[in-house]
Amino acid sequence: MCPLPLRSYDVRLESEMNQPLDFNRLLRLKPVAKVFKSEITGVIRLTEMEKLFHIRIIDDAERERFSFLPGQFVMLEVPGYGEVPISISSSPSNKGYIELCIRKAGTVTNALHRAHRGAKVGIRGPFGTNFPLERMEGQSILLIAGGLGLAPLRAPIFHVTENRSDFRDVHILYGTKDPDQLLFDYQYEEWRRIDDVNIQVIVEQANDSWKGPVGLITKLLDNVTIDPNGTYAIVCGPPVMFKFVCGQLSQMGIPMDRMFVSLERRMHCGMGKCCRCNVGDTYTCTDGPVFDYWSVINLKEAI
Amino acid sequence: MLFKILSKDGFRSLVEIILQSNEIIAPKKIGTKADGDPIHQFLPVTSFEEMDLDYRTTEYSAKTYFLPYRENLCTFDFEADDWEQKIAYRMQPRAIIGLRAFDINALTKLDKVFSKGRFPSPYYISRRKNTFIVGIDREPLEDEFCQSIGADIVTHGFDLFMTDLGDRYFVAVDSDRGFNLLNRVDVREVTDEDTQAYKEVRKRIQNGFKTKINLSNLPNLLDLEFTSEVWKKWGDKCLSCGSCAMVCPTCYCYGVSEEVSMDFKEGARVKQLYSCNLLDFARVAGGHNFRPDQETRLKYRYYHQHRGFLEDYDEPKCVGCNRCGRVCLAGISPAAVIRDLYEENV
Repeated sequence: MCPLPLRSYDVRLESEMNQPLDFNRLLRLKPVAKVFKSEITGVIRLTEMEKLFHIRIIDDAERERFSFLPGQFVMLEVPGYGEVPISISSSPSNKGYIELCIRKAGTVTNALHRAHRGAKVGIRGPFGTNFPLERMEGQSILLIAGGLGLAPLRAPIFHVTENRSDFRDVHILYGTKDPDQLLFDYQYEEWRRIDDVNIQVIVEQANDSWKGPVGLITKLLDNVTIDPNGTYAIVCGPPVMFKFVCGQLSQMGIPMDRMFVSLERRMHCGMGKCCRCNVGDTYTCTDGPVFDYWSVINLKEAI
Repeated sequence: MLFKILSKDGFRSLVEIILQSNEIIAPKKIGTKADGDPIHQFLPVTSFEEMDLDYRTTEYSAKTYFLPYRENLCTFDFEADDWEQKIAYRMQPRAIIGLRAFDINALTKLDKVFSKGRFPSPYYISRRKNTFIVGIDREPLEDEFCQSIGADIVTHGFDLFMTDLGDRYFVAVDSDRGFNLLNRVDVREVTDEDTQAYKEVRKRIQNGFKTKINLSNLPNLLDLEFTSEVWKKWGDKCLSCGSCAMVCPTCYCYGVSEEVSMDFKEGARVKQLYSCNLLDFARVAGGHNFRPDQETRLKYRYYHQHRGFLEDYDEPKCVGCNRCGRVCLAGISPAAVIRDLYEENV
């Protein structure tokens, strides 16, 4: 009896395929579409448009294994609606759950905004590069965010405030259009009370109750004195903000490869395959989302 | 590389052996064009006679058998407040017979993206390893520029690769399953006479490439000509239909969306091939589009083909089959666009 001419190949028998999922370790073949089943354990209303979701991976072993670095993102799956890339807003030292700050913008996020605690979602990840905070140790650090940019910036803020003695001067600058859009406004006071952390908040249009400064985020930089040789900057926000803020930081003498920004694209895979986040030869999902500003201005039409 | 000589009858029995228990995909004539040229496509065949190995070209590439236009990445079973995710990979082996050298080179390029690197795709690998590939060489069409791009010769990525020597095939064997299958039919060792005949045929094929394009320094040129009027000239013609990516043997970008059954009991995460020329390719949440006009999207298509891919994998993504040039409703041909870039024809 002759054997069958063509034998079946079962990809699941590949030994690498059977190792536990961990996207942060460089391992080969994986069931890459598998999600960690998770539960929304809490929802916090931030503004009209944004909510903060506390998400816990249900399986104990998977939760134990999950870890991320500030600046990375996860793919958040809402079965039946879709999957979206969301940057992680919580502290990397927080082991129990992650926090995702999500603006109501499309199908998936609208569905999420209707979800209550207990709802089951899936996460894949974490993906992407991180802010190189270990390189910034011993140096001063400027954390600058505009609008929704505070969501990705919150992870490095937590890291810096939790390890305050590893850094010299710490400045947190945040600006939005109007006071109603301020995210995490209940936390500024907490950060302000940390000894030797300078936090300043500015809005473009004040309302009656606003007591703080009014203007663009670059205005806050005028009040900040830095040592250009020992300062790193992390800038998160809309692309237009990068040009102005990083331009001004350049004038203040900070080298462009010491400014880090987080780019936004609509990723569909997170693994450098779907090309949706492709800019020239760069994939925002695997080569980014965190880039130093020098790389960004060398990437044509990146911002 | 091992070489064997396979008689035409031997090839027929080889096909019949595979057909006994497996599906075969091969070029099949499906109609005739207005000018009398036959139309061929890679489709499942049920008998040896249905295959037409003398085909000129196929309208679509065989990409769909590795990267289907639509594919379920996973399914969800919904129950009460909970759901269960299920993932399935392809298990059935099949054979594709009649791929040209450039189509096999296209697969080796896809291999670099999908089976190597940090996140190899089990979906692609399961399809690739379950596919037995028999290639065949022939003289090129006039508009194919595979030679300029270096994709006219294939050295790996197949199981068997045949060259027609008139009454017999000269076969290169690149896998043990190909070797074992070959041993079940009428096959013999290569003689000097065969080698001589093979060299003649190869020479004829190599001299058959009439379209030549200059690719030296192209990646650099693409950077220099980033704001060139050439992009406007060709971009204005582009209809943003995405046909080029549809027929391209190496275009692999995709979108992912989800579907739910009418009874809300099942859902699926569906991957669908996309095109960088489609309007919403680079649109993000909130409505901002990073590439709002045809000109930029067309430019990025060439960028990915000849610069971005090259930077990552040291070779262009294009194989020079010119399927995109033939299918384009607006008459945009890659050879003409690249020539215009060199000569600054605006």
